Amino acid sequence: MDSPGNAIITLDGVGKFFGDFRALNEVTLSVDFGERVVVCGPSGSGKSTLIRCINRLERHDSGRIMVDGVEMTDDPRSIDTIRREVGMVFQQFNLFPHLTVLQNLTLGPLRVRKLSKSESESRAMHYLERVQIPEQAGKYPAQLSGGQQQRVAIARALCMEPRIMLFDEPTSALDPEMIAEVLEVMVQLAESGMTMMCVTHEMGFARRVADQMVFMDRGEIVEKAPPERFFNDPHSERCKRFLQQILAH
Amino acid sequence: MIRTANGASAFCNRYWLIEKAAVNTKLQIGLLAGAGLSLAGCSANWGWYVVSPLTPKGQSNLQFLLAGLQQTIALSLTAILISVVVGLLVALPGLSERRGLRAFNRIYVELVRAVPILVLILWVYYGLPQVANVSINVFWAGVIALALSDSAFQAEIFRAGIQSIPRGQHEAAKSISLGYLDTMRFVILPQAIRRILPALGNQFVYMLKMSSLVSVIGMQELTRRANELVVTEYRPLEIYTILVLEYLVLILIVSAGVRWLESRLQTDKRG
Repeated sequence: MDSPGNAIITLDGVGKFFGDFRALNEVTLSVDFGERVVVCGPSGSGKSTLIRCINRLERHDSGRIMVDGVEMTDDPRSIDTIRREVGMVFQQFNLFPHLTVLQNLTLGPLRVRKLSKSESESRAMHYLERVQIPEQAGKYPAQLSGGQQQRVAIARALCMEPRIMLFDEPTSALDPEMIAEVLEVMVQLAESGMTMMCVTHEMGFARRVADQMVFMDRGEIVEKAPPERFFNDPHSERCKRFLQQILAH
Repeated sequence: MIRTANGASAFCNRYWLIEKAAVNTKLQIGLLAGAGLSLAGCSANWGWYVVSPLTPKGQSNLQFLLAGLQQTIALSLTAILISVVVGLLVALPGLSERRGLRAFNRIYVELVRAVPILVLILWVYYGLPQVANVSINVFWAGVIALALSDSAFQAEIFRAGIQSIPRGQHEAAKSISLGYLDTMRFVILPQAIRRILPALGNQFVYMLKMSSLVSVIGMQELTRRANELVVTEYRPLEIYTILVLEYLVLILIVSAGVRWLESRLQTDKRG
C-alpha cells in the first residue's frame, strides 16, 4: 500500500504549529492513486489541518509534502500546480453567495482552465447532473437546502477535473436528513475511482468506501489500517475509546 | 418698497401651493419644500425678489447660481471616482501578509487623513505647482485635493468591507486555484461592495458637501457663485438659502440613487 511508485500524495514528517499549539506532529502518510482514505479523530486532533496542508490552505512548518510528483514549497508555482490537481469540499460549503449555481461552477473553468463559456457551462451541467441537481442551475446558493448546497460545492470542485478530492467534514454542518444525499454522491465518486481523502465521522460511509482508515489524536497519526482491521481490532487504546464513543449510538 | 413687498408675498403664495402638493406626493420632495418654507417664513424681512423667477433680474441671478451645479457635479463625480479607485488600491496592500505593504497602507491613511481638506485644497493649488513645477487649474486642484483626502477614508471602508467577507470565501477561491486578482474581482469585491454601499453613499454625499470648500481657490461652483452674488446683491439670507436647497436637492438625488442600487444588488443575491 505504501509503495512509493503509485503514491499520489506523500506526507513525510509533516509538522505544523499554531503559535505554541502543535497541530501536526511528524505526520507521515502515503495515499495511492485511486485510494480512498478516511481520516477520523477527536476535535482538535489535527485532521482538518492535515488535509488543509495538502492544498496549502495551511502552510506546513516542517517535513515534506509531495502531491502528484510536485513538492509543496513556498514557491507560488508549486502551490498553483498542486491546487490545480486537488479539489476541496468544506464543512461550510463556502459557495459564492452572489453567484448562481451555474456561475459558481463555471468560474474556475472559465478563469483558471480558460475554457470557453459554452464549454464551461456544458461541463458545469454535466457535473450538476452527476450530483443530481441540474434543475437548480439558475438559483442562488441561499435558495438551496444545505444538502443541495454541499452537492453544488462537490460539483464545483469536480468542474476543475482534479485528480484528488479532499473533504473536510462535508456532512458536519448538515441536518440529519440531508446527510444521506451528500454521502450518496461521495460514494458514487469513490466508485468512479477518484482519489479521495475525507475527514468525517460518518463511519458507515467509511466502512463502505475506505481503503485506508487513519485515526489522529493530538496532531499525530495514532492508527492506520484497512477498515476491517480498524473497526474490529484497533491496536491503540485511544482509538478503541474513540470508536466506542462514536459507534455507541 | 411696496412693489417689492407684493412680489415677495406672491412668491410666498406660490411656495405654499408647491409645498401642499409635495407633501401629498413624496416624502423627499416634501422634506425639501418644507425646509424651504420653514426658512422662508413669509416674513417681511425676506427679500426673495433677488432670486424671483418672475423678474428678469431674479431670473438672471438664479441662472447664475444654478450654473454652478454643473461644476459642483463634475468636481464631485470626478473626485469620488478617483478616490474610490485610489482607496481600493491603498486598501489592498493593507490586507497583505507582508508587513511592508501593510505599513504603506497605514502611513498613507494616517498621513492623508490628518490633513484638513481645506488645507489640502490650498496646498495643492498654491503649493503643488511650485513643488512639481506644473501649472494646475482650479478644477484639477480641487479634484486632486478632494480625491486625495477622501481616498484615505475610502481605503478604510474597503478594508473593512473586504475583511468582513468570511475566510471560507478566500479558501474556496484558492481551492479552485483562482489567482489573487480573479479572487478579488469575481469573489471578494462583489460581496464587499454590496456591504459597503451605504458607506460609499455616505462618502459621495460628503464629497458633494466638501466640494463647496473648493470655492476658496476661485472655482465657480455653487458656493463660489452664491458668495459672488451676495457681494453684489447684499441678500445673503435668500441667496444662501437657495444654496442650501441646491445641495439638499443634489444630496437627496444621490441618496435615492444609492438606495436604488442597494435594492437592485440585494435582489440579485436572493433572486
